Amino acid sequence: MRGELASAPSVAPLRSPAAAIPEHGPVRDGKFAMAVIFLPPALLLFTLFVVLPIGEAAWYSGFNWNGFGRPTNWVGLDNYRFVLETRAFWLALRNNGLIILVSLSIQLPLALALALMLADRFRGAVALRMLFFLPYVLAEIATGLIFSFVYDGDYGLVASIWRFFGAEAPHLLASTQTAMLAVLIVVVWKYFGFHMMLFIAALQGMDRNLVEAARIDGASRPQVLRYVVIPLLYPTIRLSVFFAIVGSLQLFDLVMPLTRGGPADSSNTMVSFLYNNGISRMRVGYGSAIGVILFMICVTFAVTYKRWFMRDE
Amino acid sequence: MGWLKRLLLAAAGLSLAIGAAAADTTVKWLHIETNPAQVKIWEEVARAYEAAHPGVKIEMQFLENEAYKAKLPTILQSKDRPHIIYSWAGGVLKAQIEAGVLEDITDSLKGYSDTVAPAALAAFTSNGHVYGLPIALSQVGFLYNKDLMAKGNVDGDKIKTWDDLLAAVKALKAAGVTPIVVGGADKWPLHFYWTHLAVRLGGKPAFDAALRGENGGFEGETFQKAGDLFKQLVDLQPFQNGFLGFKNPQAVGYFGDGKGAMTLAISIVYRQQSVQAADKIGLAPDKLGWFDFPVVPGGKGAPTDTLGGITGWLVTKSAPPEAVDFLKFFISRDVQERLAAGNFIIPVVKGGEAGLNNAFMKRIADNLSKSQYHQNFYDQSLGPSVGRVVNDVTAEIAGGSMTPAQAATMIQQAWKQGN
Repeated sequence: MRGELASAPSVAPLRSPAAAIPEHGPVRDGKFAMAVIFLPPALLLFTLFVVLPIGEAAWYSGFNWNGFGRPTNWVGLDNYRFVLETRAFWLALRNNGLIILVSLSIQLPLALALALMLADRFRGAVALRMLFFLPYVLAEIATGLIFSFVYDGDYGLVASIWRFFGAEAPHLLASTQTAMLAVLIVVVWKYFGFHMMLFIAALQGMDRNLVEAARIDGASRPQVLRYVVIPLLYPTIRLSVFFAIVGSLQLFDLVMPLTRGGPADSSNTMVSFLYNNGISRMRVGYGSAIGVILFMICVTFAVTYKRWFMRDE
Repeated sequence: MGWLKRLLLAAAGLSLAIGAAAADTTVKWLHIETNPAQVKIWEEVARAYEAAHPGVKIEMQFLENEAYKAKLPTILQSKDRPHIIYSWAGGVLKAQIEAGVLEDITDSLKGYSDTVAPAALAAFTSNGHVYGLPIALSQVGFLYNKDLMAKGNVDGDKIKTWDDLLAAVKALKAAGVTPIVVGGADKWPLHFYWTHLAVRLGGKPAFDAALRGENGGFEGETFQKAGDLFKQLVDLQPFQNGFLGFKNPQAVGYFGDGKGAMTLAISIVYRQQSVQAADKIGLAPDKLGWFDFPVVPGGKGAPTDTLGGITGWLVTKSAPPEAVDFLKFFISRDVQERLAAGNFIIPVVKGGEAGLNNAFMKRIADNLSKSQYHQNFYDQSLGPSVGRVVNDVTAEIAGGSMTPAQAATMIQQAWKQGN
């Protein structure tokens, strides 16, 4: 019984349209003509704004260049060696790993739990959903600024709460131990609403008959949850995880207003590390090397993830 | 003939009109000044120039300090670049000259350049070519709050040596007063300690030798000792709580609010602390004191050596000649006297000191004129990359995450990697 339910077909709206087209005939030619007309603009934009800059970054990463004029000082792979020798790089990598870990272990379960509670239409559900979604709507820089005031050790909200309990308020953003923790809290606060909405959409599109069938067969609520609902949500969960990880790798806007990379690089992410070292210090070659490394990490992740986890899509 | 002639006349008239309109030059002036009182005076000078020179418009643009530094390389390579830009001289200026983005204005300054203090003009000269004009000098030293110092029974004027400073910090801590306020998040306020110690320990010879790579460069004895002495101070925990999270304007305001006894800062903080303070008034002039950075016994630097800035304006490539003309108008004796009277600057134009009506500013001007060795801020003179490394490592020594020896090594490595 469990096996049957678990293997219930998942709704697959993302099946590639190409599979439905017959191998021959005028239908295929028609689609081909449409592709020829619609692809070039998109390809042009993609090439101009994605492929070309990546190529240029790879080119610049071989030079020692301060950004003025054209690069002339070829250093080969030296920039990559410098990057790998820099302690701050490994700290940034560690921080990105922490963000991914926290996103997956705290943010997503929280979003799922809330979605399960709010997916039904009861009074006030829509208002609550909007409330939880609001942090996502706020601009990242604004969030960073607001929280830098909240975390302020003398006048901030956190300080007031601490003092209410009688202790001396900590300066969270000024300590190497707590700066990253402060950033992580803001990350969770900001994005859980987005994932919650994804899950709510999936839950509302779920086939209720399956749940009913399970109930009729005598499954309790936790069992329904574990063996029917969550497996049906797997595609959305995989999508959420993908968004979470890709977003974590790109995190920059939140870090800069809060800590600018934090006391002694303790709250740097890869992108803020790139900005502080490549652009602010006018070392474009070095910055490009960091960019290329980040690109390789992202591409490796995206390809691996698609291949292993999203095989059915 | 009639209508053709009239047509030609009309065309000639129209082109003349267009020509006259096109002769309206705009001089674009990019600055980072946040003090509204000073900006007001600059605007008045700009309007006065426009009135005296019809057909020229002066357009002022503003960028915040860090944003300005980050955006500058890109802006300078665009066609829309500003004609007059702010500069701290030093290695960044050197990089800009090498990149060819600045205009050589040596010829336009003939007959004018003698009015400017030679040491200040020298900061903007390279190989005999002048690329800009200085506007102000500043000195780094300790500003102190007389009332808070009195609470700890410390007399600011009696602090002459490094040990005196350490003793003062201990006394203030015992009295429950925050000894020193610093903007650690911006890092450069912290690098003043390390750099000034290096100036006291080794003087000009040590810095020049390090630039040449002698004596182990920046890993040499002078700089190691500077780090060690700085660590001595850091170990006493003299800074305000959470200092690594305070940006500089915040820290200046904190001092202006009377929450800390001393701050090692640029002399303009004398005015800035009243702008940044919560009540916009800050500490009254008679409550403020100043003492020069203490000497280190056995140090080879002279007590008259100063650390500070030489700031000014550069002219970018292909700027209209009106830009240089306006600069000469702006950096003239009258304007400098006016700015000096407002306590905004230590003037660079000879005779400008007549405008200084404040004992404090006069003292700074005096120090600067007596100084044989005025070291420009390290994070400027060493160039954008090494400069930031100096800032980073001093912040790490202050935060306890790096030893002085490691710090010196990092600077030397960055120096070798070059800009």
